[in-house]
Amino acid sequence: MALAELKRVRFRYAGSDHYALDEVTLSAERGEFVLLVGPSGCGKSTLLRVLNGLVPHFYEGDFEGEARVAGLDVRSTPTHILAKHVGMVFQDPENQLFLSSVEREIAFGLENMGLPRAEVKRRVREVLKEFNLESVKDRAPYELSGGQQQKVAIASVMALEPEILALDEPTANLDPLSALEILSLVTRLVNEKGVLALVVEHRLELALRFATRMIVMVDGRIAADGAPRDVLLKSGSIVGYPPVVLTHLLLKRKGLVSDGVPLTSEELARVVIGKWATRYS
Amino acid sequence: MGDAILVENVYFSYEDLPVLKGVTLTVRTGETLAIMGENGAGKTTLIKHFIGLLKPERGRVLVFGVDTREASVAQLARRVGIVFQNPDHQLFAESVEGEVLFTLKNMGYPPDEARAICERVLKLFELDRYRNRSPYSLSVGERKRLAIAAVMSYDPDVLVLDEPTAGQDFFNKSKISKLIFRLKRQGKGVVVVTHDVEFAAQVADRVALMVDGRIIREGPARDVLTDAETLKRARLMMPQIPTAVALLEAEGLKLPRKPLLPGAFYLEILDLLNHRWVGP
Repeated sequence: MALAELKRVRFRYAGSDHYALDEVTLSAERGEFVLLVGPSGCGKSTLLRVLNGLVPHFYEGDFEGEARVAGLDVRSTPTHILAKHVGMVFQDPENQLFLSSVEREIAFGLENMGLPRAEVKRRVREVLKEFNLESVKDRAPYELSGGQQQKVAIASVMALEPEILALDEPTANLDPLSALEILSLVTRLVNEKGVLALVVEHRLELALRFATRMIVMVDGRIAADGAPRDVLLKSGSIVGYPPVVLTHLLLKRKGLVSDGVPLTSEELARVVIGKWATRYS
Repeated sequence: MGDAILVENVYFSYEDLPVLKGVTLTVRTGETLAIMGENGAGKTTLIKHFIGLLKPERGRVLVFGVDTREASVAQLARRVGIVFQNPDHQLFAESVEGEVLFTLKNMGYPPDEARAICERVLKLFELDRYRNRSPYSLSVGERKRLAIAAVMSYDPDVLVLDEPTAGQDFFNKSKISKLIFRLKRQGKGVVVVTHDVEFAAQVADRVALMVDGRIIREGPARDVLTDAETLKRARLMMPQIPTAVALLEAEGLKLPRKPLLPGAFYLEILDLLNHRWVGP
């Protein structure tokens, strides 16, 4: 069984007459970096909330279909159990960080799980080291930059050693360099620990290079799901083409390049240089 | 193009924390200026000076010739409309329509005229079908549009948008850029505070980079957004197209017009492949 598995899930928030999720079927495995995109209100956040049980345990409504995370049925498993398997990080870390020091912030979730003191201490030490936060461990999270805060938010959910990391627009308020740092950090967790990351992000020009898979949602449904290059070609009119992709499409229309959509400036430059070299050297 | 706002050697501190350390900047009508830099660089503090919400400790700010220390916020806001990053701080009426009507009433418009303008603005911003709904029932993107609509309703000469694209999807982003182009055509001045370099490449004529309370670079978008070193100091990076152009240059393939956007880049690549720009 896949690590995260949804079968024909439909969900309607209480009091709403339209389905936020409509017949959503997907399965995802360890080691995937899934980029989740689509217009505002398309159901991306609701999908993440299903994974950690906020839907339907906290946000009530009509839930149909089947959702399993690490083999656990989301509907019948309490959220504090699901929290061990799915770490959730939001756009605004200020809503998530509330303790007086980075160290205590990271310890909080572990203490809540009822781990013995020595084990809590060991894991906090490990996480501070791993996320390079030792130098700020005594500082209050609100004193840190937005990028650092987001790092603390990720560190404190990763302390619980979840197999799944769900990030809802984690870089929306960050400058581009901090955003890249956060997305690289997530990639490292995916590659080194085999975490399954699901990341909601609008800025494709930043996020695409990290994704192993891209899912586009429209109106509660999955409109496209697959390799980022393929999905982008299919759904660019919905999610927008990053500038390098747009350039590629213009060149392609002129018959100058073939398929193989570039995801970064480096890839596009390489294609152009190659083209030039075959003509003139 | 005329000078709309002159910021002259402005210093400002919150308590003992200096936030602006000698900022000089001109906002002009008929052009779009992007103020860029990392969080905490002082961008929002700077734009609060544009309507006298904050007054300089040293230096001065002139809005269409009027010193902000000698005018009320209401007077200045009539010429300069600001839409802050979080629309929720700006919306408080019970309905979408009420929001725009309230703003117009505040600006002294008689009820009949206010109603007519409100009608037009809601249509323009595609909010007319929500007219009776509470602003809080709208999506973030729609709330942002409503905040812009309310400010635009009284027709200020300068519109200032603080992080207009943060958290916005592709459709909303395109709507915001279209709006900016239209305002510019009408001769308005537009200021966007942003760290979205692709968006700046698309809409900005001029870019000012802020670091730690100072403007470290200001000039045409084409020059500033291709200056990798200085962008990095402001925790920004070059947009995708200039990055690709720099990589081509490193291989000896020069594109003299420094394109920022896909269309222009594409034309330069065509020229390049037709051998026009290579070698002396």
